[in-house]
Amino acid sequence: MAAITQDNHGLRLIMRYVVLTLIAIIFMFPLVFMVMSSFKPDLQLLRDTSSIRAFLPVGDLSFDNYRDASSRVPIGTFVFNSVLVTGVTVLLSLLACSLAAFSFVFLNWKGRDVLLSIILATLIVPFETIAIPLLLLVSQMPWIGLEGFQVGWLNTYRVQIIPWIADGLTIFLFVQYFKDLPRDLIEASRVEGASWLQIYLKVVMPLAGPVIATAAILKFLVMYNQYLWPLIVVQQETYRPVMVGLQYFFQLNTAWGEIMAYLTIITVPVLAFYLVLQRAFIASIASTGVKG
Amino acid sequence: MKLGLTFGAALVASVSWASLAAAQTELSMWYHGAGNEVEANILNGIVADFNASQSDWTVVVESFPQESYNDSVVAAALAGNLPDIIDVDGPVMPNWAWSGYLQPLTIDESIIEGFLPGPKGYWDGQLYSIGLWDAAVALVTRQSTLDALGLRTPTLDQPWTGDEFMAALDAAKASGNYEYPLDLGMAWTGEWYPYAFSPFLQSFGGDIVDRSTYLTAEGALNGDAALAFGEWWQTLFTEGYAPGTSQDPADRDTGFIDGKYAFSWNGNWAALGALNAHDDTLFLPAPDFGNGPKIGAASWQFGVSSASEHPEGASAFIEFALQDKYLAAFSDGIGLIPPTTTSAAMTENYGPDGAMAVFYDLTKAQALVRPVTPGYVVGAKVFEKALADIANGADVADTLDAAVDEINTDIERNGGYGH
Amino acid sequence: MASKLTTSNRAGWAFALPGFGLIALFIVVPFFFAFYLSLTNQRLISPNPTEFVGLENYRNLLSISVLSIEPEVDETGALIRDADGNLAYPRVRTFTRDNPDYPQYAGMREWFRWHSGDTAKVVVATDVVFWKSLRNTLMFVLVVAPVQGALALGLALLINQKLRGINIYRAIYFMPVVVSIVVVSLLWRFLYAEEGLLNSILSAFSFGLFEGRDWLGDENTALGAIKAMSIWQAVGFHMVIWLSGLQTISPTLYEAASIEGASKWQTFRYVTWPGLRNTAVLVLIVITMQAFALFAQIDVMTNGGPLDSTTTVVFQAVERGYGKQDISGGSAISVILFLLVLSISLIQRYLTREK
Repeated sequence: MAAITQDNHGLRLIMRYVVLTLIAIIFMFPLVFMVMSSFKPDLQLLRDTSSIRAFLPVGDLSFDNYRDASSRVPIGTFVFNSVLVTGVTVLLSLLACSLAAFSFVFLNWKGRDVLLSIILATLIVPFETIAIPLLLLVSQMPWIGLEGFQVGWLNTYRVQIIPWIADGLTIFLFVQYFKDLPRDLIEASRVEGASWLQIYLKVVMPLAGPVIATAAILKFLVMYNQYLWPLIVVQQETYRPVMVGLQYFFQLNTAWGEIMAYLTIITVPVLAFYLVLQRAFIASIASTGVKG
Repeated sequence: MKLGLTFGAALVASVSWASLAAAQTELSMWYHGAGNEVEANILNGIVADFNASQSDWTVVVESFPQESYNDSVVAAALAGNLPDIIDVDGPVMPNWAWSGYLQPLTIDESIIEGFLPGPKGYWDGQLYSIGLWDAAVALVTRQSTLDALGLRTPTLDQPWTGDEFMAALDAAKASGNYEYPLDLGMAWTGEWYPYAFSPFLQSFGGDIVDRSTYLTAEGALNGDAALAFGEWWQTLFTEGYAPGTSQDPADRDTGFIDGKYAFSWNGNWAALGALNAHDDTLFLPAPDFGNGPKIGAASWQFGVSSASEHPEGASAFIEFALQDKYLAAFSDGIGLIPPTTTSAAMTENYGPDGAMAVFYDLTKAQALVRPVTPGYVVGAKVFEKALADIANGADVADTLDAAVDEINTDIERNGGYGH
Repeated sequence: MASKLTTSNRAGWAFALPGFGLIALFIVVPFFFAFYLSLTNQRLISPNPTEFVGLENYRNLLSISVLSIEPEVDETGALIRDADGNLAYPRVRTFTRDNPDYPQYAGMREWFRWHSGDTAKVVVATDVVFWKSLRNTLMFVLVVAPVQGALALGLALLINQKLRGINIYRAIYFMPVVVSIVVVSLLWRFLYAEEGLLNSILSAFSFGLFEGRDWLGDENTALGAIKAMSIWQAVGFHMVIWLSGLQTISPTLYEAASIEGASKWQTFRYVTWPGLRNTAVLVLIVITMQAFALFAQIDVMTNGGPLDSTTTVVFQAVERGYGKQDISGGSAISVILFLLVLSISLIQRYLTREK
């Protein structure tokens, strides 16, 4: 490093930013298109799609689409439902999946390898292919809650949450990450007489920042973009999430401008979540690498 | 906790007692119009009027987005969760009736005597559903276009023949003023294909399924008439008369208005937009390819689910909704075709001199419902794919043969669908 | 591995049970139910009773054979040739439709053909569309998995440097992932349109030499267009996974490498890559699974067309199970997909096993 002159260093720095920015443009353009279009009336929006105007705030701009979209769809309710369902699922998922992964990686027990293989095999099952059997299952599933004993989970938050808590991918993420943690740490704690729960809480999870962030983001995306499942298990508007709400705009003459406005609104929570996580975990962990 | 619960229950009970004058039975109703405010307002108006008009029933509406409505209903039926009243797309009705999702209506049939045939949903000799409107398709163009191309204006009595139609497309193509002579709306996938295009096949003399037995598609969908239709259909795309399956959805919405197309095959719901853009917009009848000019019929209709414990209440609501003023309200609100002459007279656009009166006449003169069979749902899908494939250059005879095989296998696997 | 210290059947089960129990109940059980359905004639909705049909659904999907067709001859036995000298062959439908001499080909359709001498060898299958969907899915996986994995690693390395404002770039690269694939597909339909932006840009950069293409409407470019979009959309997703792997590598290793004067490539080869082993397995498997599950893009952008060039296995499962109300046939497709991917991942695992 020391050999590089100051000028050279500055030039290389600029080049880095140029490369980063060029790539950024490639990743940004559909979103810029989405946001810009959300301020344009339908006809202009569609005409602009064939030129660079699609990305520019030009022409007749207004917040009309936002106003119309929010009177067409109860955006507040839908975003609330999605955020609630997503938030609860992500939390429970991190817990259940990290516990399971912890057990698979650090503990020896009968049946461990068989169970792990089954879980990994479930990664292969696309949700679309089990949706109907699952629907039949939850429609007959009992529940004991504040209201007493009931049969059937349809039209609730729980039907959108519980089946999605555990999944092979999240467990797999944790497993692969845990494998990279130094095993002597765990054995040492064991020798000192720590219980498994203590080791999980005090030794392993504090080191799991990056994977928690990754798993949380990925799970958040899966849950926030749920479409087919809520479509078939929720028949009341009160419980509908945002992606089902998107369907409200596909009338015979599709209101593209309003769609763009709606999409812009519903994208905000996801970006916010990602940015918060990125700050909270990734940035801080980056400098503390844990592997020896 | 227990106390809180009891208190809460008491509160809920007292509120509902306060809001309802008498012990009304609640009827749940599902509707496909979520996201369409105008439609929702009209429907809610009818529901409010009905609830106020008598003391036995209260109808409560739950709206669904149209795109996924059928999936929602099928899922609910599988899970045993259907409401009392459901609306159903006309051609799908036999499928749901046959599957046992619907029970026959018990309304006084004298009320619907004057209705257009499309909105009346009969299956197995019984009335299962009734529509508050119909929908129609026309060949949309402009008087100035016809004049510039030197074309005769076709009428209901004298529609264009197939040759005249093709000559019109040739003239439009030769003029060089249009990107494509004809816009068929290939960008709209799904039910639009069988609804809008199977009438062409029927005008050629073919059909999606043999309507004399409903037990086979052999001969109907791959006979000489169907082959002639298929060849013609393919020419539309290979010769550049119409944009194909990859048509930009934006062009479907605005292409005709922008002057990209000379003719557009489009529904009455898009008519007001075209009229507003160009004063001289014309709605022409379908061309006659030999077996008479044909267009599709039947739109959304109301029915009573088999799960309903109060079919008499559900039927009472449907009967109530059939009043002319409501039929007219739907027409004025969302441009649909009123199903009776009396209600048509009350509307803005379908009265004797209304701008869209031609659609009423078109429906009356040319409409043919899609095959009335539970197998239609599958037949429609197969037909859609066959048409898309042929448009993209697939061998016509092979494609239609394959479609016939698939439809026949399906009919067989369903034990003939009760025919 | 099996040290006494870490052996605990009770704790092991207790920790794994919540996660495993939920998966067993909500994924494994429904999947077995789907497997059962695939052995019946169950319809999505129907008043008819369910019957056990054995492997019929599988036979209908997988039956495939080769039909040899001899060229047409005239009365004298001479081969008939057209103006270009090409041989004329009887149509396949003369063998597969109502021909009692060839019952084994009844109801089959041509998938593709090749010539062996004058004889045309025609591959016919009962469900040609299913075979095409298998082919398309495999082609998709073969391109998308390696390209997306490598690009994602490149991005992760690029973004894993200490630069002012790097977090902004990190967020931007992740943006396409944030937006639902359904939405992304809708947006890209505009870009890929014949008069869409992609063509305008290409034409501008080539000074008008490039003629507009109907990307999604041409069977030669449709699947490629979807591959490109899919890679673009999900590359940020895998970038994040690579990143979390990169961050577990201790900076002291890099310091050591730098002290020993290792080149950038050497540092990557001997420090970074070995530290990413577990992450690499993860990324590879996840990408492969996701690629095999390709559905939403197809559903929104092409509906499997043009001419089945973009139809995929999951799209067929959904189209058949829901669209055509044939839940048993759709389930059979799911089971075939499961077995296929399972065997591929077993092979993958064997190849990437710890030596």
